[in-house]
Amino acid sequence: MTGGAPILSRRTGFFFLLPSLGFVSLFILFPFVWVFYLSFTNQTLTGVTAIQSRLVGLANYHRLLDFETWMTSGQFGNALRISAQFVVGSALIGQALLGLAIAWAFYRWRGAFREIVYTLVILAWIIPDVVVAFTWMAFLDRDRGTLNAILQLLRLAPVDWLIQQPVLSIIIFNTWRGTAFSMLLFSSALATIPPSYLESAEVAGASGWQKFRDIILPLIRSHILTDIILITLWTFNTFTPFLITGGGPAFKSELVSIYTFRIAFQFFEFGRGGAIAVAMMLINLVLALTYLTILRRQGVRT
Amino acid sequence: MRLVRLVLARVAFYLFVTLVAAFFALPMLWLVLTPFNPRGTLAAEIPSPATMANFRLVFANAFAMRALLNSAILGIGAMLITTLVATLAAYALSRTDVPGLDFLIYALILFSSVVTGTAAMVPIFLLIFYLGLIDTLLGVILVFTGGLLPTAIFIMRDFVEGIPRSYEESALVSGATPRQMFQDVVAPLVQPGMMVVAIWAFVHVWGAFLIPFILLRSPTSMPASVAIYSFYTEAGTPIITLTSSYALLFALPVLVLYLLVNWRYGFRFFGGIKR
Repeated sequence: MTGGAPILSRRTGFFFLLPSLGFVSLFILFPFVWVFYLSFTNQTLTGVTAIQSRLVGLANYHRLLDFETWMTSGQFGNALRISAQFVVGSALIGQALLGLAIAWAFYRWRGAFREIVYTLVILAWIIPDVVVAFTWMAFLDRDRGTLNAILQLLRLAPVDWLIQQPVLSIIIFNTWRGTAFSMLLFSSALATIPPSYLESAEVAGASGWQKFRDIILPLIRSHILTDIILITLWTFNTFTPFLITGGGPAFKSELVSIYTFRIAFQFFEFGRGGAIAVAMMLINLVLALTYLTILRRQGVRT
Repeated sequence: MRLVRLVLARVAFYLFVTLVAAFFALPMLWLVLTPFNPRGTLAAEIPSPATMANFRLVFANAFAMRALLNSAILGIGAMLITTLVATLAAYALSRTDVPGLDFLIYALILFSSVVTGTAAMVPIFLLIFYLGLIDTLLGVILVFTGGLLPTAIFIMRDFVEGIPRSYEESALVSGATPRQMFQDVVAPLVQPGMMVVAIWAFVHVWGAFLIPFILLRSPTSMPASVAIYSFYTEAGTPIITLTSSYALLFALPVLVLYLLVNWRYGFRFFGGIKR
């Protein structure tokens, strides 16, 4: 902030802030606190426990973390495992690597190719969820899908993607869906690197890979961290794969987000759903705090 | 040797670019072709003859049109409230001297990414239920506004900070009230920022599925993202001709806005603009 007297008094400033504070308290802070309380009750939508829910202590958590069964199909541990595969596969390997590769390939390259690729990648990112879900169901369809048609052109056997490879399918889908963010983040990071850095390396005869490893990577390290944490957070919370596989077949692609939805909105067991939501929010909190710590450290450095 | 390496690098580059373009374009082929195909299936086939008949059927479907209208009400409602409330807050945050405000913003952003639609659907549903707003468009608008505000404030603050204080200082000298300063000095100057936040909020809410799916159930209040799942035969399979043309129609405003933003501003990047 620059010097001089503030333009608004604290009182006026407070009035300007009031609507925001109201919205945020009611729809972000209150749900956050309330879900902790809910997770200790046997609240449901219908039946006696809908009106007269009572505290049940840690019962919901015991059910969630029953280590005898929790890794079996359709249980919490299993959903966590699938979510972990999904995050590593589609966010870390898929989106971050592909985004970085595209940004690097078009570094110092302007023109039609760049425009076409960037537009395609961004379109995949901004089209509404249900629309991309339908196009992907068509793309992966066993009998008529475009992907199997291509495989047959290449003389390869068709695959029933959504039945035989549900997790791989949603990983590829989510890579397609979200690469734009990493690509845009990395291209704006690369744009800040002075070309002279690379030119001197070129004079010294460095190969493309050497330039990338020894000059580019160290310079964009903090961007990579930022990117990885944000896309991990978003990928962990995404619900869109539900629109493609429904979490199936037989819970094989049931991510934690889909598991929460099934317990809370197909069985209407809000107490149990609340316990899963608490677990999800704690995972989110750890990721977000890591992100903030990195931001703070960057702030100190600059 | 150097020439060989250069040629190889070029070949590798074009191969990579072609593969990437194919990976991102091929899944969209179906969406572009099928709506114009009178016998559309899940296959991406070039329609012969191409027809607008599917669209005519969709336009004649009162329920489908009502759902698009609902989506527009949700999108525009959340857009207007978010933009106005966020601009007010960003102005206050930028022009007062309360200590710890920066921390407050970061804490809010943090919370909004922790309490996401998926993790918060249980308490959000119950909250809206107890407020008596289940199955109302207003309930959905309020929920989205709450969720979008922290990021919207964050984006707006950058724009407000970019305005020189001297304008307001001269307005103050001429005896302007805070309200007049906001309305007549600041608001016109931050219009580009308001456009960014407005478009971002609209696109976000227009395409959203989960929150409306949970909170809205009656056919008259459903938005298009939920209503699209009603074009099914009695056997439970989607009617491809209707679904595909409705999907394209539903994606159209987003595509138009993208072109508009790209042409007017260039698709600039505001960190974390899409959640």
